Amino acid sequence: MVKWTDAERATMKKVWEKVNINEVGPQALARLLIVYPWTQRYFGSFGDLSSPAAIVGNPKVAAHGKIVLKSLDKAVKNLDGIKNHYVELSEIHSEKLHVDPDNFRLLGDCVSIVLALKFGSAFNCEVQNTFQKFLAVVIYALSRQYY
Amino acid sequence: KMSLSAKEKTLVKTFFSKVSGRVDDIGNEALSRMLTVYPQTKTYFAHWQDLSPGSASVRKHGKTVMGGVMEAVEKIDNLCEGLRNLSDLHAFVLRVDPSNFKILCHCLLVVLAMTSPEDFSPETHVAIDKFLASVSLALSEKYR
Repeated sequence: MVKWTDAERATMKKVWEKVNINEVGPQALARLLIVYPWTQRYFGSFGDLSSPAAIVGNPKVAAHGKIVLKSLDKAVKNLDGIKNHYVELSEIHSEKLHVDPDNFRLLGDCVSIVLALKFGSAFNCEVQNTFQKFLAVVIYALSRQYY
Repeated sequence: KMSLSAKEKTLVKTFFSKVSGRVDDIGNEALSRMLTVYPQTKTYFAHWQDLSPGSASVRKHGKTVMGGVMEAVEKIDNLCEGLRNLSDLHAFVLRVDPSNFKILCHCLLVVLAMTSPEDFSPETHVAIDKFLASVSLALSEKYR
């Protein structure tokens, strides 16, 4: 059972208040597809992913980025229920989408980097630590239903 | 073996020349984050008095690490040959588990994004990620 200190809860609230999920989502997913191009294997139906510019301008990438961040948003607002929140999504990613769970870490890293871009020095050591702890909990929950 | 295109090498060299004046801070920030966010990395520094972010030991070592990175930028056309001494050091003396290279690379990327958001475009991001991965590979060349 994950334990969150008061300080960590406060940090997550403070950070997330400033996150525009409609911006961060598309940017993080675009960077995933650009920096780790093998992840494109999961997005065969998304159309043109042939160059960084194409990926950044692709409306399906943007839409999907927003969906991913909306799910993270729910998790942030329910830090004590992350495991349950992701049961169904974990099954879907395993049984239907067949996503290698290592990719969750890659996307998490991209989200961290996009936040660093946006927040600059406000994304300090402690904030990064707390946020990556959150990401690790999400990734664990998403990987749980794989067998 | 992963290789960088000419364009990627240019992106890397350009980016690092822009931040060359801030490498000490970058090294300190990256190392501080690594030790905090991935506490298992502290096992390599048990001989330090103070492992807290920004401590004298951390600052000094951050500078050393960035010295290595900047050397790698200069030798970008032949990392394995160019980083031979560092490779020997990591393989036979330090024996750092190579999985930790990925961890430090991620922390470096976060800090670079933070300090130069206007220059850290997706194209630059992938070039630097590849470069750091190549450096990591060169450093673990001699491991076995």
